[in-house]
Amino acid sequence: MSSQTVAEAAGTDREYAHQEIDHGLNPRRIGDVVMEVKNITQRFGGVTAIKDVSFDILEGEVRAIIGPNGAGKSSMLNVINGFYHPQEGEVWFHGKKLGNLKPHQIARQGIARTFQNIALFHGMSTLDNIMTGRLTKMHRNIFWQALWSGPAEREEIAHREKVEQVIDFLEIQAIRKTPVGRLPYGLQKRVELGRALAAEPTLLLLDEPMAGMNVEEKQDMCRFILDMNDEFGTTIALIEHDMGVVMDIADRVVVLDYGKKIGDGTPDEVRGNQDVIDAYLGVSHD
Amino acid sequence: MLYREAGEFKTSYQADLATFPIRFDLWGFWSVIAVAALVVPFFVNDYWEQAIFLPFFIYALAALGLNILTGYCGQLSLGTGGFMAVGAYASYKLMTSFPGLDMISIVLISGAITAAVGVFFGLPSLRIKGFYLAVATLAAQFFLIWMFNKWGWFYNYSATGMIAAPERTMFGFAITGPYSKPAVTYLFCFAFLFVFAWVARNLVRGRIGRSWMAIRDMDIAAEIIGVNPLMSKLSAFAVSSFYIGMAGALYFALWKGAAEGTEAFPIELSFRVLFMIIIGGLGSILGSLIGAAFIVLLPVVFKVLFVEYWGWPTDIATHVQVILLGALIIGFLIAEPHGIAALWRTAKEKLRLWPFPH
Amino acid sequence: MGFLTDAFFYEVLVAGLLAGVMYSLVALGFVLIFKASGVFNFAQGVLALFAALSLVGFMSGQLPFAHVINWLLGTQWHHWYAPPGVEGEVPPFWFVLFCIALTTVLMIALAWVVVRVVLRPLVNQEGIILFMATIGLAFVLEGVGDLMWGANVKKLDIGLPAGPSDMIIDATGMFVEKIEISAAVVAIILVIALMLFSQYTKMGRALRAVADDHQAALSVGIKLETIWWVVWSVAGIVALVAGIMWGAKSGVQFSLSLIALKALPVLILGGFTSIPGAIIGGLIIGAGEKLFDFYIGVPFLGGATENWFAYVLALGFLVFRPQGLFGEKIIERV
Repeated sequence: MSSQTVAEAAGTDREYAHQEIDHGLNPRRIGDVVMEVKNITQRFGGVTAIKDVSFDILEGEVRAIIGPNGAGKSSMLNVINGFYHPQEGEVWFHGKKLGNLKPHQIARQGIARTFQNIALFHGMSTLDNIMTGRLTKMHRNIFWQALWSGPAEREEIAHREKVEQVIDFLEIQAIRKTPVGRLPYGLQKRVELGRALAAEPTLLLLDEPMAGMNVEEKQDMCRFILDMNDEFGTTIALIEHDMGVVMDIADRVVVLDYGKKIGDGTPDEVRGNQDVIDAYLGVSHD
Repeated sequence: MLYREAGEFKTSYQADLATFPIRFDLWGFWSVIAVAALVVPFFVNDYWEQAIFLPFFIYALAALGLNILTGYCGQLSLGTGGFMAVGAYASYKLMTSFPGLDMISIVLISGAITAAVGVFFGLPSLRIKGFYLAVATLAAQFFLIWMFNKWGWFYNYSATGMIAAPERTMFGFAITGPYSKPAVTYLFCFAFLFVFAWVARNLVRGRIGRSWMAIRDMDIAAEIIGVNPLMSKLSAFAVSSFYIGMAGALYFALWKGAAEGTEAFPIELSFRVLFMIIIGGLGSILGSLIGAAFIVLLPVVFKVLFVEYWGWPTDIATHVQVILLGALIIGFLIAEPHGIAALWRTAKEKLRLWPFPH
Repeated sequence: MGFLTDAFFYEVLVAGLLAGVMYSLVALGFVLIFKASGVFNFAQGVLALFAALSLVGFMSGQLPFAHVINWLLGTQWHHWYAPPGVEGEVPPFWFVLFCIALTTVLMIALAWVVVRVVLRPLVNQEGIILFMATIGLAFVLEGVGDLMWGANVKKLDIGLPAGPSDMIIDATGMFVEKIEISAAVVAIILVIALMLFSQYTKMGRALRAVADDHQAALSVGIKLETIWWVVWSVAGIVALVAGIMWGAKSGVQFSLSLIALKALPVLILGGFTSIPGAIIGGLIIGAGEKLFDFYIGVPFLGGATENWFAYVLALGFLVFRPQGLFGEKIIERV
């Protein structure tokens, strides 16, 4: 793909997205730094997946991480999630160092995530899957749970109402009770987004939310992401391969290649960056 | 035209969360319970108590326990026999050390002790998965049985190495020992199963149940969305062992009356309970009950029908039964991994739409 | 280190190592099947029992399913041919070989049935489902074996040297059964043969390809079912060898299938995918449990610690080194 066609593809989608934004209710608010990734180096045995990468994420922005296959993008998200603990560097979130926190503790800080290869809970219905997004916010202990009637049931119903809002937002009312294994791919992606959204995150990590989708599904997904960002003010960091989409919905872009950061800035800046063009055109590394 | 949900509208989330959303099911359920609690006790005799009802109630309780661990939380355990032994020996020690303690407390405390042991042997589950964990639970099975056999304190240094349940009464009725009446033991075990099946149902539909299932279906994703794997797995081990421990206590004190570690709680017992949940349905409360009924009734049916009625030689009937059991396991895993409970559900769906399936 | 000069130490150690060889033989079958089909075959021990039962059956000319046939037809048939040689003595060598060949054919046929009936319908299922299916398979095989050949304990004598080895007694004063030495030799030969097979034959390369990556192997035209059939056949033959050794040592009986359980901790130690690991794991478990029982179990714990030592050792390994001694470390991804 030449840079010319990248720009063209971006252009078409851009118009579409702008229409959406024009109808949006709230003006976008970009605030302070919520997350700071500092000098991360992650090695697996002899392989260095991420090499001294730093970037920041501002409150309320849509931040994209792009790069060719194997550039270390998913590993980067795994580091933020606390699933990998990097050899060097640190991640700061809302002024606190995440350090050696476990993934589930980091989730409680308000970071939710979707996965590249859909990671839904296949033995459960759509509703139950989205309800798992509320797990960090439910607290009734095992004895109330065993009794059910009373506090446990009230808690369940209160969270169910929140989940129903998510279901309405994502327009998946009809598949509420369907086991997720029976859903088509595009809907599964949407349910996964719902699960992350149900956690009411302050930072939402999306790992290739549009991979493998057709044009209509991508448009829907773009709309959901932008609406989320607009209406709830959710900060979003996303990995995506579709350049058109990235250039369109992202406020700022980080470009990784072979685990190193080669570009960082607004879509237009990144598009003009010679290193980035080389990486995408496949200029040999010397 | 009986079985319909048409005309039944749910106007609240509470109604939508009900266990039996269809009125017909609810009535059916309560009539079965009424018959079991109010009618059967008047007719139950020794044979029915010993061969069918007590085994069913007790195995159902154990199957519920194993299903919570294996069916809901996805942690395969082959240590059920060992954990039942913990319950049995705990109840024996409690009965002999605290003669004033009533039987309900004894069963509950035995369950709690087993829960503690279960959590201990569940610790490796934090590092290992699948059949690796199954091997770790084998360690529990063999070590515990060996311990109960070798260490005299557990069987009060009796000459035979056996434990025998002393007599206990409740409201003036003998519950354990040789003078206990079938109706009494029947009702006692029935009450335990009824209450704890209901508790299990409550646990699996709420927060804790969802965190178990999340761990089962995709543990890494579950952790990243905020499920604490430590709490989740260990609570599954605790609850599961609690059920299995109670089942072990009832098995020893009410059903068998006496036990010897190696013979009463062998690895085959672990397999038997595992088979119940595979055939009944992994991850299903109803399935645990159906599976227990199936495995309890299978040998009875073979004996009555094949041996006594059709005159098969006993050994051939036994071998055929073993083959059939194995074949059923394979068959269910291939055709319907969610067991008889899923078949039942499908049948109900069909019935709901009958006679216009489209 | 006073115990190193203790004569008992070496005797217990050697006895343990030799018992470990037997565990290794069963574990070997596990590893083969696990590598090629990802199936954790619980039925491996019953496979060994079934093979040994069949061998005894063929050698004595016993009619398969005699009990069932007689019951159905009211007949009194028990044998379908009279075995050559003098009764009560070891049959002629050619006949033993012939019976082993016959059993091998039976195991290969059995492998085909297993692949067809159990594995093919369960392809792409989770490992745990397959594992439970093999527990079912173990029950089926046990029932069929009993129905086919009868459930009584049988003597298996194919003319392997028996009794203690005088040579070793003279040289070291240690008491070692000849049959155990034969088992060790057979195990070594078997491992070498398997390694040569997997390194230097076309089928062996295909096996390794499948073990590495099912999908990729399929895409270069390797037929998965054939591979499984071959692997289950080889595992069946390994089971036959294990069955012969165990049977010759302690008779053919149901407890034979319980050694399968002992093979599980062996695998955890050695790693599920490593053939040398299976051997070394078996030796460690065999020697470890004997030494532990001798020095700690009997004096301090009341003995019979062999019942659980292997599992508890494996448990410790699982917690501290889950990939075993020789397995590869797994990096998890999302």
